[in-house]
Amino acid sequence: MNPVWIIASITFREAARKKILWTAGAVGIGFLIVFGAGLHYQMADFRNSDISPFLRYQVLSAMVMVGLYTVDLLAVVMTILTSVDTISGEIASGTIQAVATKPVARWHVLIGKWAGFVAMLAIYVGLMFGGTLAAGYWIGGVTLQNPVRGAMLVFLECLLALTATFLLGTWFSTLTNGVIVLGLHGLAFLGGWLEQMSGFAEGSGLVTLGVASSLVMPTEAIWRRAAFLMQPPLAGALQFSPFANVSVPSGAMVGYAGFYLLVILAAAVYHFQRRDL
Amino acid sequence: MRNLSLSVRRGEIFGFLGPNGAGKSTSIKMLLGLVNPSGGEAFVLGEPSGDVEVRRKIGFLPEDFRFYQWLTATELLEFHGRLCGMDTARLHERVPYLLDLVGLAPHRTKRLQGFSKGMLQRIGLAQALIHEPEVIFLDEPTSGLDPMGRRLVRDIIRAQRDRGATVFLNSHLLSEIEVTCDQVAFIRDGEIVATRDLHGPEQENVRVAVRARKLTPQALAGLSQWAQCKPLDGDGVTLMAASRETLPEILRYLVQSGCEPFEFTPQRISLEDLFMEIVGEDRGL
Repeated sequence: MNPVWIIASITFREAARKKILWTAGAVGIGFLIVFGAGLHYQMADFRNSDISPFLRYQVLSAMVMVGLYTVDLLAVVMTILTSVDTISGEIASGTIQAVATKPVARWHVLIGKWAGFVAMLAIYVGLMFGGTLAAGYWIGGVTLQNPVRGAMLVFLECLLALTATFLLGTWFSTLTNGVIVLGLHGLAFLGGWLEQMSGFAEGSGLVTLGVASSLVMPTEAIWRRAAFLMQPPLAGALQFSPFANVSVPSGAMVGYAGFYLLVILAAAVYHFQRRDL
Repeated sequence: MRNLSLSVRRGEIFGFLGPNGAGKSTSIKMLLGLVNPSGGEAFVLGEPSGDVEVRRKIGFLPEDFRFYQWLTATELLEFHGRLCGMDTARLHERVPYLLDLVGLAPHRTKRLQGFSKGMLQRIGLAQALIHEPEVIFLDEPTSGLDPMGRRLVRDIIRAQRDRGATVFLNSHLLSEIEVTCDQVAFIRDGEIVATRDLHGPEQENVRVAVRARKLTPQALAGLSQWAQCKPLDGDGVTLMAASRETLPEILRYLVQSGCEPFEFTPQRISLEDLFMEIVGEDRGL
């Protein structure tokens, strides 16, 4: 059996045994119930009002976008929290020693763990994204544009957070790692908002600052690209929102994020191969 | 570490001794490829240390080991066996055998988080042996064990040697090393300061406590042809003789020199004495 597959399987099993999978699933179901209830009550309010069908659809679409944005935030934060200890924690405790002295290359260990998390994230993002879209469709009759591309971009965002956590985990202790990765995501978040504000002041240095932040950590930029692809016109027109179509990241930013992902994954493997355990 | 140079013969139990912080665990980690030396080279079974193919022939029990606590004993051994490339049929044969060997058969389905330190030590030893390695590195394998457990580990180590494996044993328990090892190396401040063959000619050295009246300086000077002398309190000396065969001759010489011996007691030199002699007193870390 391939060592990467063995390590990925044990990572998956660890998440199940430590009840991480079930807890995340329960939180996700709780979110979907609340979200569905919100849509339900909104529909009930609409039935008692004379709001036009067009506007009604726009409001419901914006609600679905809010739901997806919450899924995005939850997915990124859960990615960081669940993976932050996997490399640095095993190095600190010495657990890695019995594994790394088996006839497997160190990159097998790192990529195997990474692959295990990738599989879990794919399931999580798929279910949460799918659940939100399904609730929007069945309760509110909303169909967003490009849902698959949107889901793939949110998945890419999670992979960026995951891989950055792995890279820093080969260097720093668990706590330091968590602080740095969450800080980077916060920087990306701030950069995204600064870029949006730049839409009101042509040629502002805010654009440069926002783009620079996105280049350091492109997670938020990827979300804004996903929101742009999925959002209905009304949601996009809401200035100062996470879905505003002011200063939308281009397709080149997605390409950059893919390249960034490969580079930090390679750096994680390189450093893990060479460091003392 | 500096100037670390040692060689271990195949099929022997090699003990690695030294005070805390001397570099024993670091040396093992370098041999296993866990720690990169800043200079020099190491070979295990003729191949560079850390080589993936060499690790196929190596078993390792880390000091203060931690394993995945959420696995059962059987699952842990299967996981490590699979990492060693073992197939399911082989694992089904090997895992129950090893659990039985280390006395954990009744706990095969119990999760490791419920294991005592001694039980974890036993399962750690089992994972080190899962693929029948040619070289086994054991870092403090008996530290958490009760006397029965120590005896069990000692028997297992000997059984491994008897099947042809080489065992590299790192332990603070000198009495364990003494009864188990064929050869020992003493390390201090990252350097090998001595090696001893515990079953070789050097072990024939014998220490004798002598107490006698009329033990004159002239008589003591004459003893130097057979032994080194170290004065004791009062009317005694300690002799370090090259061989037990010389003892009757020494006794005869003392009597013929006019001494009146009333005690002539050969003493075994324990590994602990040897350790203190070679490594010295505790100078603090």
